[in-house]
Amino acid sequence: MYKIITKRELAPKIKLFEIHAPEIAEQARPGQFVIVRLHEKGERVPLTIAGYDRHKGTITIVFNEVGKTTKELGCLNNGDSILNLAGPLGNPSEIQKFGRVLVVGGGVMTAPLYLVAKALRDAGNELTVVVGARIKDLLIYEKEMKNIADEFYVTTDDGSKGQKGLDFLKELLSKKHFDRAVVMGPVVMMKTVSEITKPFSVKTIVTLTPIMVDGMGMCGACRVTVKGETKFGCVDGPEFDGHAVDFDELIKRQRVYLPEERVASVFYEKIGGCACGEA
Amino acid sequence: MAKPNQPTQPPAKKSKKAVPMPKQEPKVRARNFNEVALGYSEEQALEEAARCLNCPKPQCVVGCPVELDIPAFIKLIKERKYDEAIKKIKEKNSLPAICGRVCPQEEQCQKLCVLGKIGEPTAIGRLERFAADYELKKGVDTPTLPTSTGKKVAIIGAGPAGLTAAADLAKFGHEVVIFEALHVPGGVLVYGIPEFRLPKKIVEAEVEYIKKLGVKIQTDALIGRLHTIEDLFKKGFDAVFIGTGAGLPQFMRIPGENLGGIYSANEFLIRVNLMKSYRFPEYDTPIRIGKKVAVIGGGNVAMDSARSALRLGAEEVCIVYRRSREELPAREEEIENAEEEGIVCKFLAAPIRFIGDEKGWVKGMECILMQLGEPDESGRRRPVPIKGSEFIMDVDTVIVAIGRTPNPIIQTTTKGLQTTKWGTIIVDEKTGQTSIPGVFAGGDIVTGEATVISAMGAGKRAARAINEYLMQKKS
Ligand SMILES: Cc1cc2nc3c(=O)[nH]c(=O)nc-3n(C[C@H](O)[C@H](O)[C@H](O)COP(=O)(O)OP(=O)(O)OC[C@H]3O[C@@H](n4cnc5c(N)ncnc54)[C@H](O)[C@@H]3O)c2cc1C
Ligand SMILES: Cc1cc2nc3c(=O)[nH]c(=O)nc-3n(C[C@H](O)[C@H](O)[C@H](O)COP(=O)(O)OP(=O)(O)OC[C@H]3O[C@@H](n4cnc5c(N)ncnc54)[C@H](O)[C@@H]3O)c2cc1C
Ligand code: SF4
Ligand code: SF4
Ligand code: FES
Repeated sequence: MYKIITKRELAPKIKLFEIHAPEIAEQARPGQFVIVRLHEKGERVPLTIAGYDRHKGTITIVFNEVGKTTKELGCLNNGDSILNLAGPLGNPSEIQKFGRVLVVGGGVMTAPLYLVAKALRDAGNELTVVVGARIKDLLIYEKEMKNIADEFYVTTDDGSKGQKGLDFLKELLSKKHFDRAVVMGPVVMMKTVSEITKPFSVKTIVTLTPIMVDGMGMCGACRVTVKGETKFGCVDGPEFDGHAVDFDELIKRQRVYLPEERVASVFYEKIGGCACGEA
Repeated sequence: MAKPNQPTQPPAKKSKKAVPMPKQEPKVRARNFNEVALGYSEEQALEEAARCLNCPKPQCVVGCPVELDIPAFIKLIKERKYDEAIKKIKEKNSLPAICGRVCPQEEQCQKLCVLGKIGEPTAIGRLERFAADYELKKGVDTPTLPTSTGKKVAIIGAGPAGLTAAADLAKFGHEVVIFEALHVPGGVLVYGIPEFRLPKKIVEAEVEYIKKLGVKIQTDALIGRLHTIEDLFKKGFDAVFIGTGAGLPQFMRIPGENLGGIYSANEFLIRVNLMKSYRFPEYDTPIRIGKKVAVIGGGNVAMDSARSALRLGAEEVCIVYRRSREELPAREEEIENAEEEGIVCKFLAAPIRFIGDEKGWVKGMECILMQLGEPDESGRRRPVPIKGSEFIMDVDTVIVAIGRTPNPIIQTTTKGLQTTKWGTIIVDEKTGQTSIPGVFAGGDIVTGEATVISAMGAGKRAARAINEYLMQKKS
């Protein structure tokens, strides 16, 4: 059992948990993830590590309440426990001095990206950071990112704050030379950024989030096509070269269980959802 | 040929046939996940035990990878001394309720039984299961524990190899901790072999017994990521056993393989068995099974996948195998069970391409017919495609069961660990010792996909060698 030490709401439906897991905290590195299973009947759900404190023996996760499991998770409180927490999983992010790095975060994934960005800055890179969300209320980690950035932008899909959409990146890229781009966010956003950086030949690293079951290389549910080859997201990734990923296939594969997910969510709400009445 | 419904033979004369295993009716069982084979009653066990000749030089024992004293335990059953029978079995086999159910007996102990020369061999596996179930029903005695040696052993992986090694090492008096990556121990026994062939409560009971021996099991612990083998030595372990199995699914590398509705057998079985998605939405993990299911492959894994698909409500389940029925590698008993349940087989055919609908879901599978040519390295005749014989099968779910390779995480994170080009770990056959002193390995991670009992045999041999290693090492 893994105890929740801190719970915070960062934006509507986006929550941060700090969880006591000393062994994982000892080994975790930026870019890795954990698999969470809430209870005996629960699903195994992957979430990226958004922070760790080796002294306190805790790790941080930030998640979006999108379906049954994440809604149920969001209803837990300080002092509650999670049944299973496996990790750290996946390869750590590649951290070294590249030069000038374009860091683009979208939605909930901005949180784990902050951990990667911090490590990149500590390795001596100059950072241009872009933080994005659908609408202004969903922006997270703005202040934190701004503090470590040499140059900082905000973008929203609807233009309610900062830049509207991602087109401004083209201008940015044509004005300045970048040695690398690191992107974490919804698949569609990672696809768009990869398409924008490609003509500028800026190596672009994306963190893929295919559907996973074990997260340890046993099932192949997480398979993605990269450079025409099948790779396992959990053991070969989660980071891949954005210019080589078949994003359209990934988008289709992520939607495979949509009808069932709706059933689970409706079923969950029918049986009362959670006690906090938010579900 | 015997006529059906013949009156049973007088008990004085021994039958040439084994007492049949009582089973759930095919029509009924094809729609539930309860165990198919129901197990012998006491009368049936006694009748079957009476057939055994208690050979002075028993060949059956030679066929058993752990050299179970078969005539001795069967004799004890004849004498109705069931407690002693199970004790006799457990001298050699710490998981009898499992082996009695899933051992390929017809290839091992029963293959060499003398009765097999004139009729059917003694049903050794069924009798073993009878004795083990008798004990489970009665409640397993807690074994007396030896005095502690003060040595610590880490076991990686809680499959049959790791569990057996752990049990034996605990009996030697060592402190044993098993690190298991998944959230439950059991390996393939819990995530692969379905409930209807091996009820999970049987595995749980066997694991409980191993815990009673003092073995600690830490789940959620993927070694290589959480700790490396080097870390384990730093944490005070004196020896390590690797039993991580062959868990990486293979695919065919043909077009369309990543369409929705195409599962590896491992994903399909993990969802169904480990995550219990056959009870979705009570359990949270979904599975989508269509009406027309094709299973690619011909081993036990293919049979288990096909029979599970049927139980999840598929209307048609077809096994597509590139050789003919004679070459099917699955156990005969399971092939018969599958056929009785209504699973059809398409032999001498192999897929070459998958066709998807506009949503990216599979709707068809193009196959090509095969003929058998010269034997290949495995001694089986090699299938050769027949030009121009392509045809399309309508399918909406495909399960790929063409084999699994070793999980690479340990190999890639352990410096100095020697492996073969297939990724299996190289060991000294007798001891299981790897290229690193104090690190041993056994089971599917060494042999590639094999059997439960051979993995257990490897665990046993390694436990003995680890014990010797620890007792020699002065510290
Ligand atoms: C390596 C990895 C790291 C991840 N890190 C984070 C994280 O840090 N924070 C976070 O909020 N989410 C993260 N995700 C996504 C997260 O795992 C899913 O949102 C979660 O599984 C949804 O579970 P659910 O039962 O609540 O919703 P479900 O009912 O399973 O799904 C609800 C909706 O989410 C979509 N969905 C399901 N699985 C995924 C997935 N793997 N990726 C994207 N969308 C999905 C479904 O299509 C559906 O629209 C990560 C995924 C992976 C593979
Ligand atoms: C569907 C199916 C049906 C089968 N049917 C039969 C049958 O009828 N009869 C028969 O005899 N055999 C059968 N087999 C084969 C048999 O199950 C295997 O040969 C046997 O389980 C191998 O045992 P093992 O202990 O080596 O590995 P496994 O049973 O694979 O166990 C390995 C364990 O190690 C864990 N692990 C892996 N990597 C790590 C890591 N890095 N850190 C920590 N833990 C890790 C895994 O999660 C797993 O629990 C079947 C196999 C399958 C898949
Ligand atoms: S363990 Fe397997 S091979 Fe050995 S006697 Fe039992 S059924 Fe036969
Ligand atoms: S060979 Fe057959 S008959 Fe002889 S002891 Fe073994 S099981 Fe009994
Ligand atoms: S999630 Fe199962 S192999 Fe990657």
